[in-house]
Amino acid sequence: MLRVLEQASGDPVQQMKNERSATVTKILNFSCVDGPGNRLVIFLQGCNFDCKSCHNPHTIGQCDSCGLCIPSCPAQALSLHETDGSGLIHWDKDLCIECDACLQACPKQASPKTRQYTVTQLLAVIRKNSPFITGVTVSGGEASLQLMFIVGLFSALKSSPELQHLSCMLDTNGSLSESGWHKLLPYLDGAMVDLKAWQTETHKWLTGRDNHRVFRSIELLASRGKLYEVRLLHIPGKSDFDSEITALAGYLQRLPSSTKIRLNAFRHHGVKGEALEWQTCSETDMTVLAEGLTKLGITLVLPSAYL
Amino acid sequence: MQMTCQDTFSRIVTDASLTPKQKSNYLALEAEASLPYPNVSSAVSQAMDSGIICDMFEGHAPFKPRYVLPDYAKYLTQGSKYLELEPARNLDEAINALTIIYHHVPSVTNIPVYLGRLDELLMPYVAKLDDETIYNKLRLFWIMLDRTLPDAFIHVNIGPSDNIICRTILRVDAELKQVAPNLTFMYDPDTTPDKLLQQATDNICECSKPHIANYPIHAQTFDDSGFGIVSCYNSLPLAGGANTLVRLNLKQVALLAIDTQDFFTNTLPYYCQLMYELIEARSRYLHEESHFFTSFLIEEGLIQETRFAPMFGIYGMAEAVNCLLGETKASSKSYGHCETANELGYRISAALDKIVKSTPVTYGYRDRALLHAQGGISLDKDVTPGVRIPYGTEPDPVTHIQALAEHHQYYSSGISEILTIDETVKSNPQAMYQLCKGALSLGLREFTANVASNDLVRVTGYMIKLSDIAAFKQGGSRTNTTGLGAEAVANTGILDRKPRVTSHEQAPCYES
Repeated sequence: MLRVLEQASGDPVQQMKNERSATVTKILNFSCVDGPGNRLVIFLQGCNFDCKSCHNPHTIGQCDSCGLCIPSCPAQALSLHETDGSGLIHWDKDLCIECDACLQACPKQASPKTRQYTVTQLLAVIRKNSPFITGVTVSGGEASLQLMFIVGLFSALKSSPELQHLSCMLDTNGSLSESGWHKLLPYLDGAMVDLKAWQTETHKWLTGRDNHRVFRSIELLASRGKLYEVRLLHIPGKSDFDSEITALAGYLQRLPSSTKIRLNAFRHHGVKGEALEWQTCSETDMTVLAEGLTKLGITLVLPSAYL
Repeated sequence: MQMTCQDTFSRIVTDASLTPKQKSNYLALEAEASLPYPNVSSAVSQAMDSGIICDMFEGHAPFKPRYVLPDYAKYLTQGSKYLELEPARNLDEAINALTIIYHHVPSVTNIPVYLGRLDELLMPYVAKLDDETIYNKLRLFWIMLDRTLPDAFIHVNIGPSDNIICRTILRVDAELKQVAPNLTFMYDPDTTPDKLLQQATDNICECSKPHIANYPIHAQTFDDSGFGIVSCYNSLPLAGGANTLVRLNLKQVALLAIDTQDFFTNTLPYYCQLMYELIEARSRYLHEESHFFTSFLIEEGLIQETRFAPMFGIYGMAEAVNCLLGETKASSKSYGHCETANELGYRISAALDKIVKSTPVTYGYRDRALLHAQGGISLDKDVTPGVRIPYGTEPDPVTHIQALAEHHQYYSSGISEILTIDETVKSNPQAMYQLCKGALSLGLREFTANVASNDLVRVTGYMIKLSDIAAFKQGGSRTNTTGLGAEAVANTGILDRKPRVTSHEQAPCYES
């Protein structure tokens, strides 16, 4: 009923925005680690970085329905559906046993288990969960690759009387252009930005891209009071936060005091390729880095567990 | 091989892992078990022997109610002739008087399961005491309770209003992280400030206590004389309690049904009728033979015989639904994960509610028993407590709450449900607060959460320490419930699954 009313009274521009769709990897109803309070987290498929240390490499690519995953499925949950000549992968959620064999078989770092959602469909999911959540976080992949969808979703949330109390957060690698940020800022409450490395060469080696845009994004968000968190993934011997600790601390100190600085520990969970040979970050490794940064005046959020 | 009574007595007496007091308790249970059972038909005996109906090992000759909730406020204001006490005049006297009477309030575990709504009880005696003085007195009181009544079934209530006793108890409880007492915080959206609820949910992140009760829903269930939450989440009339708890294994009932229609029209009503026969037999013995209702608690008006009700317990809802739907193993079509399965569960709860609300009993609250989703005991195998979703197959906490909320309206004497929240919540307690508020707004009677890594773990409602479980096998435990916890861990694999919980209402019997 409410939805009907919204559509009837909504302006035509928002109605158009509500029809935008995105490729969604996963929706979590409960997360304590993606912003303030309990978050409903929407993971969007696709990333423009190619991090060696990626913990969710199957979110990087886009499925092109090549069909190579189909024989890998032991539960016959995947099939090719012929529509207008071009086949599309169909994933049967009820048959799926979540063994992730298809993700191993995929040559594109993609997943056949994604679903298209329009803004209107996601609003229905959010409405159902609204009593339980503090807000919505869009994550990825790199969510900002589907920027106009996020603008559509967040603007719809901000204009809905029953949902506008929910905070709208974005989890990002910071690669979005300045003009992109300007489209989103009016509807965004805060962003969590990953800074993968301090030196641009290290960043390039780890992610395939340099980090100039990341710094620009951090500074822009900070100047608008929307930098909720900066995240540093510590990979002993690979990331350079320990070797560049003085410069890093100086930079972090100039950020708003409200910005949280979170240290994350590198683990092997989900990781593929050469990074599996790398040493994981132990509690001791983390403590050494944390103590160094604390001495230089940085207040940190540390992992609550080391697996 | 048949063991004689003497063999059993001898094994209890010489058991190296039990204290003398624990031995006395087990000896008493064995003595009672040697008496003849209250007179029941062979149909009831058969249903009990085949595990369809269970009397919770309450004993053969019920001589005390299962749960007793004295009107402690009356006791404090009038004093006690029997205990030779004057009315309390200050906080010290009030705490002292409570400490005394706790040792004279029986229950199925022989020690009280209800210690009162302490903030309401003690506020009249606070006078001009400063915060630190109150803190020191309550802290010592709390330590005394844990050390002298070492059973996680003993239960304190606080809230819903904001007051210094309530806040201080929350502070002390988070600091001491003791197993006893168990704690329920009553939440009323009209009177509880958000900040106080936040303090309570912060405590859950610290020590998996308190458990949050939906005050308006419980208050509507009972009359103006009030209610209390006792043991593991049983809500019962104040100045009364539960005379007995008998429970029905829905899984077994479903296995005997030809199909869903047969379940609703034949098997379920038939076994409910047998439940009532057992309830009548047990409560008649207590009320008519045992002379319990002549004690000083009655004489001094602290309890009234008419405020005791039998609890009509059920468990194994998940297995019953899956069995009726032909779902043999966990899948997206199982109970808790699929609308169709959940709907069938609600239908079963509604049918039980109808039976319990329309069946008169001789000794009941408004002549009725009270429906209860029973939290399991440590001897249960392959059957899930109450209406819970089976261990290890639980969906995320939000989906979990949404799947079960509909049941809550029916279980007027409590529904024991426990959510496991992963420990990331510790650095974001706001998430716990939001989850709790959402759950209560959806009509949950009770919100109980376990933080995955906490040393204190709920085993359906009562708390045990993980470190105590490890230590128990070695040399015994000071806390009565750790034995039950260790048994539950071994039998139900509670520590295998996503850190999760089973439950226990009672020391069932001696098992070496």
